[in-house]
Amino acid sequence: MPNKNNLFTDAMSDAFVQSMQKDKNVLIMGEGVTDPKAIFNTTRQALKKFGPQRVIETPVSENAMTGIQIGMSLLGKKAIFIHARVDFSLLAFDQLINNASKWHFMYGGTMNIPIVIRLIIGRGWGQGPQHSQSLESVFSHFPGLKVVVPSTAHDCKGLMISSIFDKNPVVFIEHRWLHNYSSNYSKKFYKISLNDSIGLKKKGKDLTILSSSIMLIESLKAEKILKKFGISLEILDLRVLRPLNLKKLFTSLNKTKNLLFVDNGWKSFGVGSEIFANILEKKINLKNAPVRLACKDFPTPSSHYLNKDYYVTVKDICVEACKILSVKKSTQKKIITECDKLLLKVPHDLPDLNFKGPF
Amino acid sequence: MIKGKNIYMSNLLGLARIRIIEEEIAKEYYKQEMRCPIHLSIGQEAVPVGVSKSLNFSDYIVSTHRCHAHYIAKGGSIQKLVSELYGKEDGACKGIGGSMHLYDKSINHLSSIPIVAGSIPIGVGIGYALKLKNKKNVSVVYFGDAATEEGVFFESLHFAALKKLPVIFVCEDNKYSVYTSINARQGNRNLKKIVESLNIKFIKPLNNNVHDIEKKALQARSYAISKGPVFIYSNTYRYLEHCGPNNDDDLKYRPKEEINYWLKKDPISIEIQRLKKIKRFNSNEYLEFCNSVKQEIITSFINAKKSKPFSLLKLSKLEYAK
Repeated sequence: MPNKNNLFTDAMSDAFVQSMQKDKNVLIMGEGVTDPKAIFNTTRQALKKFGPQRVIETPVSENAMTGIQIGMSLLGKKAIFIHARVDFSLLAFDQLINNASKWHFMYGGTMNIPIVIRLIIGRGWGQGPQHSQSLESVFSHFPGLKVVVPSTAHDCKGLMISSIFDKNPVVFIEHRWLHNYSSNYSKKFYKISLNDSIGLKKKGKDLTILSSSIMLIESLKAEKILKKFGISLEILDLRVLRPLNLKKLFTSLNKTKNLLFVDNGWKSFGVGSEIFANILEKKINLKNAPVRLACKDFPTPSSHYLNKDYYVTVKDICVEACKILSVKKSTQKKIITECDKLLLKVPHDLPDLNFKGPF
Repeated sequence: MIKGKNIYMSNLLGLARIRIIEEEIAKEYYKQEMRCPIHLSIGQEAVPVGVSKSLNFSDYIVSTHRCHAHYIAKGGSIQKLVSELYGKEDGACKGIGGSMHLYDKSINHLSSIPIVAGSIPIGVGIGYALKLKNKKNVSVVYFGDAATEEGVFFESLHFAALKKLPVIFVCEDNKYSVYTSINARQGNRNLKKIVESLNIKFIKPLNNNVHDIEKKALQARSYAISKGPVFIYSNTYRYLEHCGPNNDDDLKYRPKEEINYWLKKDPISIEIQRLKKIKRFNSNEYLEFCNSVKQEIITSFINAKKSKPFSLLKLSKLEYAK
């Protein structure tokens, strides 16, 4: 069992409670924030401590509620609005994109919109086409928004606190499958800068793997397996997509000269496209052509029979890493056998909680 | 608010001020130095003047693409308006927003948004913050007839009613969304019933009658603060094209009889007639005031032409607030 008090969701809850303690203008809003499930247990403590005046149940009116959140922020309130699935936030695109993202700019820099939109990506158990989209690249297209995609409990807390106290609209996207992973984080109030896009999760020398959100787990699993075969991966976690600061990636690539990017969503016009364009523009010299791994370029099918090969797994990462590094066929076979063993442990439509880090 | 020598004239002067400023902008527009779309408020002055008169200085407003009258009536700076049209740094939005985004924080006009109905939830959010802060102020949300066709209109009214917010929704129905008539868009649905079904008080003042609008808005204000949201619905008419400085009646999308009917219901004429009836109309004071507004707007044109545009270098630094 994971350590009960160090879950990703505990870190989120901590970030809320400590921020609300610090500033009485911080509020939580959304459908279900006061219900018995408390958004995967992340709003329960805040509700207990601050009551329904500050943890506010709302009607199911995504677009208006986002506009209302903007209006409240003009009078000093800092509201975190939660959509239990990313997909529903598309109903609020008018207010988020036409208003929140442009407000500071279009009013000549005299007003700002300090709001957080927290979105949860679903996956597995047949959630299908409209409950499991990874839309972070879409949000990252718009100037004025900040886009955060945390992977670990430590990062979740520090980045959420920074997002709440940032002066700009922040879209905070977490993957549901991260919720029950446990890792150490400080119980104190701390921030992680939103200008620090990349977290170095594992040092290595042969190949850089850049991924974000739940794909960090797959990348770390691959790192463990390949290490046994003398292949050293450097694992970078892309946790802030906008503003995008790729310095740590460039430093890493100057060392490994090889890149595999693992996307959480679709390949076309995705996060990887932006990363690769930056590498080209910076004239970073690579030994081998960089590779993108991503979800299949079609919506997520619901049936577990149909979505078996939909998401990138540890095996896909290992196979691609071997190809890039021209690993001997006989070694590749052994690596694939290891991956298959791992994949058999848990059904593909459930999170693999056997992985305990280290992160 | 306009302070005339006699208080009876103040609404009339408010109407005239907007009319003159808008007419002068229309006259100057052909020079193509104001290089942004303009949605003039000529003909629609009564609602903003009457509503603004009922408000306290610290009450809030949000507006739409057709925002000049709301902005001027609340007390917005004419120089900032004109410089914004010229795209200069001393404009309301430093030339970045243009005519459809007028705002002035110093008078609590916090935004204008040209996406139809886009400012309605913003105004409700301001109302919610006022309620949470226990302030005895209102948030006024101006919008046109087409905004009542948007989904976010319903969502916003719904929330304001649910939380009993101090919000005054002000619908100025000028019957046309660009060239499309309200009949083609709404058939014969009953807006009053829609609003009342949400437990929102519905008030319909006399059309283009600034005196009556002020009276009803005063009632609306105290109701909004003590009980919850109010909806003021008023018919009115724009004299010029949807966007631009010209009359476009040659396009014949509005029936001649309808145009003539509304020209006879001109808000300024209605108010002058009322003042004459109660023997409070002072034509000298009126003409003197009109001349002074003309001077003010002409000076604003001159100043705006002289001002500098905002720095291109600083523009990219405005993406985020620091």
